[in-house]
Amino acid sequence: MTEKTLLDKYAEIAGSDVIAHLRQLARPLKGLRFVHINATRVGGGVAEILQKMVPLMQELGIDTRWEVIAGGSAFYQCTKGFHNAIQGNQVSLPESYLRAYEETNAKTAEELRSILLDADLVIVHDPQPAALIRHFPDRKGKWVWRCHVDASRPYRPVWKYLREFVSKYDASIFSISKFAQQLPHPAYIIPPSIDPLHEKNIPLPDQELQAVQTEFGIDPERPMILQVSRYDRFKDPFGVIRAFRMAKKFVPHLQLVLAGGGASDDPEGEEVLQEVRMAATDDPDIHVLLLPGDAFLTINALQRCADIVLQKSLKEGFGLTVTEAMWKNKPVIGGDTGGIRIQVVNYHTGFLVNTPEGAALRIQYLFNNPEVIGEIGEKAHEFVRENFLLTRQLREYLTLVCALLHGETERIEFG
Amino acid sequence: MPTDLQTSPFAIKDCALLAIATGKRAQNLRELREHLRTIDLGSIYYHFWGGLLRPRFDDPEYHNDFAIWVAHSLHNKVLAERLAVIDPGVYESLEAVKTELIEIIEESLDGTEFPIWAKRDDQFEFIRHQIVVFDTHLTANKPEDLPAILSGISLGSIFYHLVDARRRNDNDLDDFQNWFMSFGSRYAALSEMINDICPYFTPLTKLREQLKTACDTYFHTEAS
Repeated sequence: MTEKTLLDKYAEIAGSDVIAHLRQLARPLKGLRFVHINATRVGGGVAEILQKMVPLMQELGIDTRWEVIAGGSAFYQCTKGFHNAIQGNQVSLPESYLRAYEETNAKTAEELRSILLDADLVIVHDPQPAALIRHFPDRKGKWVWRCHVDASRPYRPVWKYLREFVSKYDASIFSISKFAQQLPHPAYIIPPSIDPLHEKNIPLPDQELQAVQTEFGIDPERPMILQVSRYDRFKDPFGVIRAFRMAKKFVPHLQLVLAGGGASDDPEGEEVLQEVRMAATDDPDIHVLLLPGDAFLTINALQRCADIVLQKSLKEGFGLTVTEAMWKNKPVIGGDTGGIRIQVVNYHTGFLVNTPEGAALRIQYLFNNPEVIGEIGEKAHEFVRENFLLTRQLREYLTLVCALLHGETERIEFG
Repeated sequence: MPTDLQTSPFAIKDCALLAIATGKRAQNLRELREHLRTIDLGSIYYHFWGGLLRPRFDDPEYHNDFAIWVAHSLHNKVLAERLAVIDPGVYESLEAVKTELIEIIEESLDGTEFPIWAKRDDQFEFIRHQIVVFDTHLTANKPEDLPAILSGISLGSIFYHLVDARRRNDNDLDDFQNWFMSFGSRYAALSEMINDICPYFTPLTKLREQLKTACDTYFHTEAS
């Protein structure tokens, strides 16, 4: 028997019509050369998506390469600063960092010169490689800057610096419209997606779920609610604990799991984690878990074990943990903010709330109406299948490329 | 006469919409009205019809982005209902839809002392679009082929031939009806059945079902 291709595997999940659509979109792009550039091959959401998107594009007959930019510690300090500044934090970047950033981009530009000069399309992800473009004034193809972070209110001095580079691109892509900045080229809106074949999202056997419950002392016989997020005040872990305590009056055996990772290298995260642990002291039904960044299967299992998933953020970018939970047929009680609003629709895929009280009421409502948990979960799964899988994001990328390569008119016709 | 009138065979096309930020935002009704006065008609089209093709849960109450924003961000349910009932398909042009929108908003503003402001993170974002059209290499040689073809075609195809066509064709009819016309009056009854399908208040999956049901019913009745 021949081994299944990646496209076959996605067809089983997303539907064969979706894959047929991709093949059709890819047809006029055959023979063209595409390059994705980001800052890492492993770790982080961008790398996760590219690990699947690049081979998928290759299977569709598009000559696609994936290159990375790598630098020294000053480069990474600088790009971490960019990342924070784009999200609105006031960041002061010393001249030496900016020099390291520009030198690293110049060096990478030389290393990749022949590849990038001839590419028909270059997609540059996030700010790390954004300055490459200045070294290709005689570029042949179209260059697109893909911004994966919330750029709705960037710290202006840093944005002004980055804008010099970003403005040179032929187009940019933002995840939701409110993240888009005014630029002298089209700013396309393409929401992010989850990969259903990633360890985070694949179906798991019952034994694996039981093992995780045992490991963390979660009683499988009792109801459980979960929030997966960094230990960050904007994720409102304290509000979740308050909501849990209120809901427990109506659902006495309720358990809460707060699971997050990556706090150890983030001083504020560490502080928040300690406060959360303090807030949860004396309540054996609150499990505060600090997980390593690659604990994908554990997170997956926890999401599958939960009856309801919360994402009670006060501020949120897109909220892919919401998408992941919905994919696992879970109703999500989410904060009424950012990209959560695009995904969570009251009474259909979950509930939007503004206070711990609101969350508690919804928890109580769902446990009082267990059939609704199933109904909402099913709708949520289907909503993600149709709208937030990697195949949809790829479809939009391919459409965008067709548009970019054939002019800026409102209507572009092929065939 | 419609432009690009299709004679047999009928080439099934597919399309995708790309959303592009215009950078124009409104935080209250007055700002919304001011932007509406100058906004490109493509943006009006996107906020009425684009929801059919983009990631968005079909809102059972409000069918266009203006109504959804007014309801959820300005909490003005009365105005939201008035905006939601606008069916762009029954207006002569998008310009007329825009005029209607502005009039309804102005009427609401007339009765308002202080406009309510949406949160800064919750402004109305005007978006424009590009439509990219592809050939599927699927064709129907005669209308009798349609039932078999329809169940397998993408939602983009349904959008292109049933929704986009009404804007594209000079006679405001969809591509199917125009194709039937090329056979004279032979398929007039089927054309009428398709004409009864309302593309605006119906999700594309349902439109595809309704279109198929119309064809199935017509050809079944004709055969018996």
